Amino acid sequence: MLIRKSDPLSGSNIPSSEITPKEKWMNRRSFIAAAAATGAVALGAERVTEILAPGRAVHAQTKLETVKSPLTTTGEDLTSFQDITHYNNFYEFGENKTDPAQNAGALPTRPWNVKISGLVKTPKTFDIDTLLKMHPLEDRTYRFRCVEGWSMVIPWVGYSLSELIKQCDPLSNAKYVQFISYFNGKVEKWAPFGYGWPYSEGLRMDEAMNPLTLVTVGLYGQELPKQDGAPIRIIVPWKYGFKSAKSIVEIKFVEKQPHTTWNDANSGEYGFYSNVNPNVDHPRWSQKTERVIGKPFYAQRKPTLLFNGYGDQVASLYNGMDLRKYY
Amino acid sequence: MNKPTLIALKTLTWIACLYPLAILVYGAVQNDLGPDPTGNIEFSTGLAALRMLVISLAITPLRKLSPRLSFLIKFRRLLGLFAFFYASIHLIAYIGLYASFDPNTILQDIAKRRFITVGVLAWLLLVPLALTSTTAAIKRLGGKRWNQLHKLVYVAVCLGLLHYWWQVKTGVTTPLGITLVMAALFIARPVLDWWKARKAAQLRTT
Repeated sequence: MLIRKSDPLSGSNIPSSEITPKEKWMNRRSFIAAAAATGAVALGAERVTEILAPGRAVHAQTKLETVKSPLTTTGEDLTSFQDITHYNNFYEFGENKTDPAQNAGALPTRPWNVKISGLVKTPKTFDIDTLLKMHPLEDRTYRFRCVEGWSMVIPWVGYSLSELIKQCDPLSNAKYVQFISYFNGKVEKWAPFGYGWPYSEGLRMDEAMNPLTLVTVGLYGQELPKQDGAPIRIIVPWKYGFKSAKSIVEIKFVEKQPHTTWNDANSGEYGFYSNVNPNVDHPRWSQKTERVIGKPFYAQRKPTLLFNGYGDQVASLYNGMDLRKYY
Repeated sequence: MNKPTLIALKTLTWIACLYPLAILVYGAVQNDLGPDPTGNIEFSTGLAALRMLVISLAITPLRKLSPRLSFLIKFRRLLGLFAFFYASIHLIAYIGLYASFDPNTILQDIAKRRFITVGVLAWLLLVPLALTSTTAAIKRLGGKRWNQLHKLVYVAVCLGLLHYWWQVKTGVTTPLGITLVMAALFIARPVLDWWKARKAAQLRTT
């Protein structure tokens, strides 16, 4: 009863190496059962709260070796690991913020391959271990601003996407990069209808080559938790969060601006550029301010910065562009 | 229904109605309102207001089911006033936590954002209903006029639901459940009237 496969739909022909280790899937309820069974009644009060509070199970992740980076953001209070892993938008695993923490365990992150396709010299595939070793992993703390009006400060782990792009040999007519996320309707059965899965996002080539744009494989010095887009995602800190695609399986170099999921769903609300900009309202709310996640209710609100405070590094990408038109 | 039972049921209703507030107050004291306390306060008060409005609107159809359920009318005012209470906290939380008490922001939001426009409108419609909820007000207005005035609650609840739908993202279906319940209640009234009329007709012919 204690052994469950990482993918309950794949039947019995799953290799034993793919069976999720016990401590990774053991949820709150079975922990209580196991604790009761072994007569482990002498739990500390804190531990009990952790068990009784819903969705509080945090899985231990593999530690990553990292180096410091001059591109990290300093002087900000980090959002707690708890909040970063329990307040997520990952619609493939449900629409509520608490859903991904509960459901993303179903995502099979090993083995994992990323296909490099489109306008490249030779299309190829990188497996996750190659990608983890491609370049030294850096600690990169960034502000994270969601289009919904909330924000976090997250200590990501990764390296500049430009390093990966160099290994892809894109052709000179590749003007955009498209990121396609993992999708399997049998695994991600919570994905709402009408979105045209898999999730697709994109950047202009110069945006993708900007050193701030991060191939992200971890946070808080550990491998990415599944609900945060494991095992590999993009982080574009000066754009609204939905531009930073999670759980990427394909990187495609294209000539024309690629279609992007939220733009398809509602183009009036989610533009292709979606740079953080306090002067351009979302149709349904102002973007002038944001709610900082994890602060008390009376201290959450703070002003939003143009390009999320990364204007020095990225404003020149948009010289001469009307940011109201290209929102 | 005897008095002790009624008092017990009323006490339970009060407890149920105060529950969403108690959760928020407890969370605020413990500094444990979740990762996004502002969003939590706004969402839970809005949802409480809508739920209580919908429950209060279920009372008339329920009473039509059986004369034994007629006592439920004694709970309607309580539910309606609690709905107004939560809608008011919802509005105040928006003014303080979202608009930071800035009149310009509030006016711009009302003018530019349709979900806020209908939300404020829904609250405004509840104000005269709350003010005329006393027995004295019913007497002063007369039952017929009071009833006509309080039909506004249907408009308010529809605007409230629209407010909810327009607030969520395209494709998100969280408001569906409460909308279906409300739709069922709207349909229940004419259906129950028809059913009662048929029963009465059958009784006459036999």
